Amino acid sequence: MSHYYFVPHSKIDRIIHYFNENKYKCVAPRYMEGGISYAPINEANDLPWGYIDEQKPGSYKLTKTDKKHAFGFTVPTASVKPMLFKAKENVWKVKRDTATGKLAFEPVVDVERIAVFGVRPCDLRGIEIQDRVFQHNSYNDVRYTKRRENQFIIAMNCNNSHFNCFCVTLGDYPRADKGYDLAMTEIESGFVAEIGSDKGRQLLFHLEIEAATGAQVEHALKAIDNAAEMQHKQLPPIKEVEAKLMANLEHPQWDDVSSRCLSCSSCTNSCPTCFCHTERDVPNVLGTETEHTREWDSCFSIDHSYTHGETYRENPKYRYRQWLTHKFSTWRDQFRTKGCVGCGRCVTWCPVKIDVVDEINAICETS
Amino acid sequence: MLYTDDAYTPHEAEVVEFIKDHRDIFTLRLKFTSPELDAKYSFRPGQFNMIYLYGVGEVAISIVNDRNHQPGRFEHTIQVVGRITKGMMKLQTGDKVGVRGPFGTSWPLMEAMGKDVIIVTGGLGNAPLVAATEEVLRNRDRYGKLRVLHGIKSNDWLIYEDMYERWNNSPNTKVMMATSHEEPINNGKWQWKKGYVTAYLSELDVDFANSIVMTVGPEPMMLAVAKDFIKAGVKPDNVFVSLERSMKCAIGHCGHCQLGSQFICKDGAVYSYPACEKLLAVKGL
Repeated sequence: MSHYYFVPHSKIDRIIHYFNENKYKCVAPRYMEGGISYAPINEANDLPWGYIDEQKPGSYKLTKTDKKHAFGFTVPTASVKPMLFKAKENVWKVKRDTATGKLAFEPVVDVERIAVFGVRPCDLRGIEIQDRVFQHNSYNDVRYTKRRENQFIIAMNCNNSHFNCFCVTLGDYPRADKGYDLAMTEIESGFVAEIGSDKGRQLLFHLEIEAATGAQVEHALKAIDNAAEMQHKQLPPIKEVEAKLMANLEHPQWDDVSSRCLSCSSCTNSCPTCFCHTERDVPNVLGTETEHTREWDSCFSIDHSYTHGETYRENPKYRYRQWLTHKFSTWRDQFRTKGCVGCGRCVTWCPVKIDVVDEINAICETS
Repeated sequence: MLYTDDAYTPHEAEVVEFIKDHRDIFTLRLKFTSPELDAKYSFRPGQFNMIYLYGVGEVAISIVNDRNHQPGRFEHTIQVVGRITKGMMKLQTGDKVGVRGPFGTSWPLMEAMGKDVIIVTGGLGNAPLVAATEEVLRNRDRYGKLRVLHGIKSNDWLIYEDMYERWNNSPNTKVMMATSHEEPINNGKWQWKKGYVTAYLSELDVDFANSIVMTVGPEPMMLAVAKDFIKAGVKPDNVFVSLERSMKCAIGHCGHCQLGSQFICKDGAVYSYPACEKLLAVKGL
């Protein structure tokens, strides 16, 4: 027995088969419409072989190479969040008897068993942070809780970082720490795998594979270190950032960044930890049934702070400040974790190339 | 009630009585239709429920105690300010709504024992403090002097007239009202003044150093009341306010009610003044 095992690429189909046998829908990053995004897979060929990505502020570019790597890209366009906290879903229904006016309320709990093949360490940390919001909190979301119970996670450590990545300066590393069933690192012709749970152990046992060689482990760990070394962004220690942001709520940088920010919500939409939502009633025309839906919202939306007659954050400056101070400061008071995992998506998808690291540094350095 | 499984789905409640208070202000007397919930439901003064109107949506409204003190019954005094409250104004006795709650923190009625209690409200801010005042009156000898200061724009905006008269006639209790926009019409039932409620400060016969102030009204009003009463000698820790922000979920998930690090729906809405003073001082926080 060993800590590390080697799973050759040729066994990927067996992994998918194992998931199907155990009633999991197998989801993995795939090439879709010019991006690498999570979608169901049926066979190893469905993975995005050879694709590498280049992410810069306001820019995302894919190139197909003929390298035999399935996970040569960095982060998929979206995190795992939409699988646990859906972008839009029905949370409860009401049936109304038109004769008596009686209302029958019914919760809607739609749960799928999903095995995610390839969760980056930052996205895995994003899931753990959201566990504090939706599960280990004063109130839980029963849908989130059940989906987490029915989730199988194969984490995929990083071989590369993109230009906007900054997990390292936040105190993390491009390697999954915990919370996975299996964690893999891709090297030539396969993956070096570590077990993280009983579920993971059972899958590896089923695959009938060998322990990894010392050389294979060396290659895997070097690949992860290489990913870390590629990161260049620097921030002060996170506790310092948290203190300085709240101590500088009138800093001129807020005016500067809000003169560029479009309040488009691309950042909140792509973020693994953002959790704001709005609720809506969708009644049928007969007046006999209505569905109450929950959908993603953003603190950048103009009506986010609207409270009968008053919009507290009408000025875009207040909205940008709300987002940044929440993500990088007050989140700690609320959940006792940091709010950001350094995945860099908010920088990649910002149409005006705002880089949160630059904005934070501008405030911290001249505070 | 603690929700162990699903805190999102409302429970059916019935409008036991619809009362038109004045203009676009009305009160719904409610009870849960399920006998189990009806028997179990209770709340602390200062808490709020989410009330759901079929096909429209939910709103957060402070809970007022039932005027007949029937267990399981509770009331909500509502002003029309949007789509949902406009629809609720058309409700009739027997109609069904959805209710989730109670949510949030409550008034410090334990801490107020042995002290003079000063209730200061403005406009519809009186509703969130009715249950607290009634609890003081029900346990009269545990509290010192009770002073109820209420500010309205004019006599036209007065609601709860019978209740205020009963309060003013209660032992060691005085009701004092101030009209800010028009000259008051003295109805002979309690004291009246033109101006703001804080104008009564100089004639309040209480021991400020041993008083608790509980205030609800527009934010600038609550801040002015807090500052003036602290200047008069009330300890800052003994001044309490009730804050309000957009609430959609009431359970700290939707993010709309945040003020700095605070989720008003579950960390508040009742706060001691020192706990929220700095947050309220930042424009647009």
